[in-house]
Amino acid sequence: MSLRNLVHSALCLAVSLVGLALIYLGLDAEFIGWIQILVYVGAVSILIVFAILLTRGTEAPAGRITFAPWSGLIIAGAVFATLAWTVIKSKALTEITGNPSLDVSFVVKNIGGKLVAEYVLPLQVMGLLLTAALIGAVIIALHERKGLK
Amino acid sequence: MLGSGILKGLAETAKNFVGSYIDESGLTTIEYPDERQTLAENTRQFPFLVFDGDDAMKGLRCVSCQICEKECPPQCIFIVKSKDKKPDHVGKPQFYPATFDIDLSVCMSCQICVEVCPFEAIKMDTEFELSTSDRFGQLLLHKGQLAKPNSHFQEIHPTDAAVSDAALAADKAKAEAKAAADAKAKAEAGIPRPLASSPEAVTIPPALGPPNLPM
Amino acid sequence: MEQIDQIFVHLKHGVVAFLPEGLQPLVSILISVTAIVLVFPLLFALTTVLERKGLGRIQNRPGPNRVGLPRLPTLFPWLPKLRLAGFGQFAADGIKSLTKEDIVPREADRVVHFLAPFVLLVPVLLAFSVLPVGRNMAALDLRETGLLFFFAAGAATELSVFMAGWSSHNKYSLLGAMRAIAQMISYEIPLILSSLTVVMMAGSLSLVTIVERQSGVNFGFLHGWHVFTPWGFAGFWLFLIAACAEANRTPFDLPEAESELVAGYFTEYSGFKFALFFLGEYLGLFAISGLGITLFLGGWLSPFTFLNWMPSWFWFFFKLFLMIAFFIWLRGTLPRLRLDQLMNFAWKFLLPMTLINLVVAALWHFTNSWNPALRWLLGAILLTFSYWILGRGFEAKFRPRTYRYAS
Repeated sequence: MSLRNLVHSALCLAVSLVGLALIYLGLDAEFIGWIQILVYVGAVSILIVFAILLTRGTEAPAGRITFAPWSGLIIAGAVFATLAWTVIKSKALTEITGNPSLDVSFVVKNIGGKLVAEYVLPLQVMGLLLTAALIGAVIIALHERKGLK
Repeated sequence: MLGSGILKGLAETAKNFVGSYIDESGLTTIEYPDERQTLAENTRQFPFLVFDGDDAMKGLRCVSCQICEKECPPQCIFIVKSKDKKPDHVGKPQFYPATFDIDLSVCMSCQICVEVCPFEAIKMDTEFELSTSDRFGQLLLHKGQLAKPNSHFQEIHPTDAAVSDAALAADKAKAEAKAAADAKAKAEAGIPRPLASSPEAVTIPPALGPPNLPM
Repeated sequence: MEQIDQIFVHLKHGVVAFLPEGLQPLVSILISVTAIVLVFPLLFALTTVLERKGLGRIQNRPGPNRVGLPRLPTLFPWLPKLRLAGFGQFAADGIKSLTKEDIVPREADRVVHFLAPFVLLVPVLLAFSVLPVGRNMAALDLRETGLLFFFAAGAATELSVFMAGWSSHNKYSLLGAMRAIAQMISYEIPLILSSLTVVMMAGSLSLVTIVERQSGVNFGFLHGWHVFTPWGFAGFWLFLIAACAEANRTPFDLPEAESELVAGYFTEYSGFKFALFFLGEYLGLFAISGLGITLFLGGWLSPFTFLNWMPSWFWFFFKLFLMIAFFIWLRGTLPRLRLDQLMNFAWKFLLPMTLINLVVAALWHFTNSWNPALRWLLGAILLTFSYWILGRGFEAKFRPRTYRYAS
């Protein structure tokens, strides 16, 4: 958070998301890479930016923004360490690296097949969760409108 | 059904599109520098100063009364009165404009200067291609550029010119009759004096009403 | 004929073969890039003139017909005056926009303001790389993710619109940008869903494969374009409407509504940056038209088998020309929508229609063994019925208004 302007920060977030997509592409995960750009750059960052516009938060605040600039670094480090630890400890990693004959190609058909066959329950649960969140948002918006009347 | 209106609209525009190639007469525009529309007779663009005879400076009708300068709403006329006098169309000595400038960039073509002029000296021109590349020099038009012969006026506004000429002729006839009568009276009084030598003695002709222009 | 069809491919291979081994991939890429960067902007230049002429004819006037070659009497006294029927217009416009002063508002966010036109233009040019403009003529054949790449590249345009609108520090720009983003997000869903039917039926995301899947022959002479199936026909029109909105073309040109917002999100752009936005918009239109052609109109395939001798790239560009002509025709016909009509249309008509179309496509897939006529009839009835039902609600809502006090 070294940038004062909120919109600049949002745009930089979009750039970093593109960078993440490039990492995916570098790892030969074409599908995930393009989906990352389509969803995160095309939709999520636009949503963030839109929310900033609607809340009139574009004016850069005066004075110091963060009171402990090092705390951010510590949190980021902690998050990275947790993720790295999980990845290293994960069973999938040992399976893949220990078994070179395993088919790990990220073919779109495989992804689709796995998603609607093997992992259909998590998919449905996630869908349900998102729908619930959507309905909740609508209800909150409705209440606000009533309050205005 | 939804979309039938769109289809109707598309058919209409397609008809226009194809029709414009089949029959060029349907095109509403005139390709201006090549083709020109005949201007309506009452077209007006920018004033000019009318002169009689061949010499523009000698025959200028303007007597520098400065009414137009005072009446001009955007104040675009600038007149400097002459020190000496010269005879006007009836032979009466009058002032003439030493300087008569109109600022083209300020003029709004309202024709008020024409309405108020008692001497039929300023009229509206139909010339509209007035743009220049010199913003500071060419937009302020001087006396020499503004002066145009009466024949030009007769050409561009025949009806108005006829009325104007008739008024001037009547004016002149009246002045001549009066001069003749004065000469006769003077001859009868036994003091023959030539008219030109003593302009002060001439009685001022009755004021002319504003020219009766068709509006 | 084979030679003419593949002339550009052979040309490229010939040039590349001359070079040392190490340089070959790089030069091959460069040639493809140059071709895209040259051909489509030239097409844009041609389109601007054709569009103005076409709109002029629709409105019963001749359109631009004067600008030809400049006559330089001092240099070439022997050169006659050439008008070229007004086709010098784009060069004159280009020179004008290059020499114009580039004005940046004092309050503007300079960096973002400067970057916005490039963020628009570069992804659009990238999107062209996956379009097969002829047999063996796709710059980039992404076997796994061609279509996805196209849409991912398109995603950046929204960001550019926002950047332009926000950085200008102008209320019209901001309003235009907000409208544009709302519109693009709303219409991206029907756009992607209608292309998804094709992906489902072709079983591939690669645009090259999708074109090849349409090369089947019906009735002995007609190529099996997707548009000749009920789901393809409906999908094509749904795609066309969504594409129109995505490219900000009339009747969906609310983001830059001249009469309301000056010029929308690029109000504060002048000179060459304005020209870049203009170029980006038209290239976006070409790209999305090209995608429509690839998905539904058989790409570079000829319509009839007896026309197969004509070069494939000719067919692609001919179809592209027809698509552009159709968009110009629409622009000359329809007035602009209101914002609420726009949103209602996207969410209450286009989205349900695309979902129904997906179901119809699935039905088509599973009734493979049926009599073709019966299959056709089933799909057509389903789609027409839902179109009628959904359209009825709209017609009831947007009846001609009666003004109680005015009339």
